[in-house]
Amino acid sequence: MKQSNKLIYFLLLVVTACHASDSVNPLLSDTIHLTSPKPDVSLTLPGGFTATLFADGLGKARHIVVTPNGYVYVKIDGTRNGKGIVRLKDTNGDGVADQEIDFGNFKGIGIGIKNGYLYASSDVDVYRFKLNEDGSVINPDQPERIITGLIARFMHQGKSFAFDNDGNIYVNVGAFSNSCQVADRQAGSPGMNPCPVLDSAASIYIFRADKQNQTYADGIKYVTGLRNVVGIDWNNTTNTLFVMQHGRDQLNMFPQYYDDKQSAELPAECMYELHKGDDAGWPYMYYDQVQGKKMLAPEYGGDGKKTGGEHAIDPVVAFPGHLAPNALLFYTGNQFPEKYKNGAFITFHGSWNRAPEPQAGFYVVFVPFSNGKPSGKWEIFADGFSGGPDKTASGRAIHRPCGLAQGPDGSLYITDDNKGSIWRITYK
Amino acid sequence: MIFQRTPVFTFLIFCLVFTPAFLKAQGNHCAVKKSPFRISMDSGKVVYAKQCLACHQADGLGVPNMNPPLNGKDVLGDKSKLIEIVIKGLIAHQEIDGQAYQNVMPAHPEMKDSQIADVLTYIRNSFGNKASSVKLSEVKSTRSKLK
Repeated sequence: MKQSNKLIYFLLLVVTACHASDSVNPLLSDTIHLTSPKPDVSLTLPGGFTATLFADGLGKARHIVVTPNGYVYVKIDGTRNGKGIVRLKDTNGDGVADQEIDFGNFKGIGIGIKNGYLYASSDVDVYRFKLNEDGSVINPDQPERIITGLIARFMHQGKSFAFDNDGNIYVNVGAFSNSCQVADRQAGSPGMNPCPVLDSAASIYIFRADKQNQTYADGIKYVTGLRNVVGIDWNNTTNTLFVMQHGRDQLNMFPQYYDDKQSAELPAECMYELHKGDDAGWPYMYYDQVQGKKMLAPEYGGDGKKTGGEHAIDPVVAFPGHLAPNALLFYTGNQFPEKYKNGAFITFHGSWNRAPEPQAGFYVVFVPFSNGKPSGKWEIFADGFSGGPDKTASGRAIHRPCGLAQGPDGSLYITDDNKGSIWRITYK
Repeated sequence: MIFQRTPVFTFLIFCLVFTPAFLKAQGNHCAVKKSPFRISMDSGKVVYAKQCLACHQADGLGVPNMNPPLNGKDVLGDKSKLIEIVIKGLIAHQEIDGQAYQNVMPAHPEMKDSQIADVLTYIRNSFGNKASSVKLSEVKSTRSKLK
């Protein structure tokens, strides 16, 4: 009897001990040991830069963030082993991830770190997870819900976000329409006036970053008239928010004014610097980067010649049409040459709306900045994601660059949401 | 000698002069006799380029997450459902082959019944597809049942 009592006591101790260690680090039990990724394209970069494939096969890998001690968090717009956030770590320092942990029960696109918390968005909510000193998530199963009930109507439903340094979070609520026509994407259909989509979407909203369960009523519409923003970053030089807008599609729904070639090249994909109360003009206008003018949209009486958007802000940089900017990152690291300091990296996911003309994009560009303003022409920084010119032209790219993050050593991480690859770009 | 005006030589000259004309006539004859299926395919290709290609792409495979590919069961199956989608459109979250897409399919009020029959015949027999043609009578019948 005594003997069996001792055994039960011992077993209880073991079970309790296991539980205790689980609650200290519940993630470690789910660690996946990764094998080396297999490169299937060759990226081209400026001289001195090297691209290393950090991980692959992650699925729809969207935005990404790296902690000071090298934990790499990736938001999956789907599921990865049933979860929506992937944490990667290169534990042996060979530049390739060898350890993976998955958590978070929601798909979505946005992820970021501020003041000791990891923030991640679903298409309707924003959550945050408290981080340990070492950058690991303390309680992966119980995030705090910070914002809830944001509009998600299938089109442009991803909630990308950024932070300022005053405790605020800026969240994109994309337009659930291409150009606010009475009948979305129908040839010749006129625009609704006023556009009701602007009531609760096509805007950047500002919320407190530390308050739970905020809804529209708790937020402020910071800037309106933005069709959809995926690339978003706070610029610490200017202390302002910068965004990349996905411009409207299908100007050739009005073939009397736009041929296929014009519809492929127009309108511009615009970078905007935002201030509270700004209006970027969607859907009433678009920016024509060839003429360098704000134009009246054809749904509202435009004909490719009439200007419009008198009260709308001007873009900081205007890129060719339909390239689909999916991340914006101001580089503040010391690893890259001086020219890159405080400049902007942008991923262009690649077009579909240029057909029947050849598709374009599928690259990462760089815009040099000086004193918070562009100081030179934009240039292609990293190319070759698609796997070749024929795959770019057809749009059947092998990889589509999506998210961007800066590592603690100043290296640049790039995600791909087609095959779920992550590259790490270094300079020597 | 071979260049003598023999009956054989005369026949050869005759062939040389008239064969091209004969072949040309045959060719024209063929064009006139193009099969109804071929006519529908050729016309459907033109309609596809104007109405469908911008979203569903030249290879008919659509755009991941945005616009569906045109090679699944829903496209190769029930013709009346397909005709209804072209006429009335589809809102974004309605699934195609079990997958939701972000973009709407616009309605096509301006498309003639014959254009709908042709473009659907073209789609069901392109991009690796092989399925029965869509007849003008089938489009008329489906349209008459739509409100």
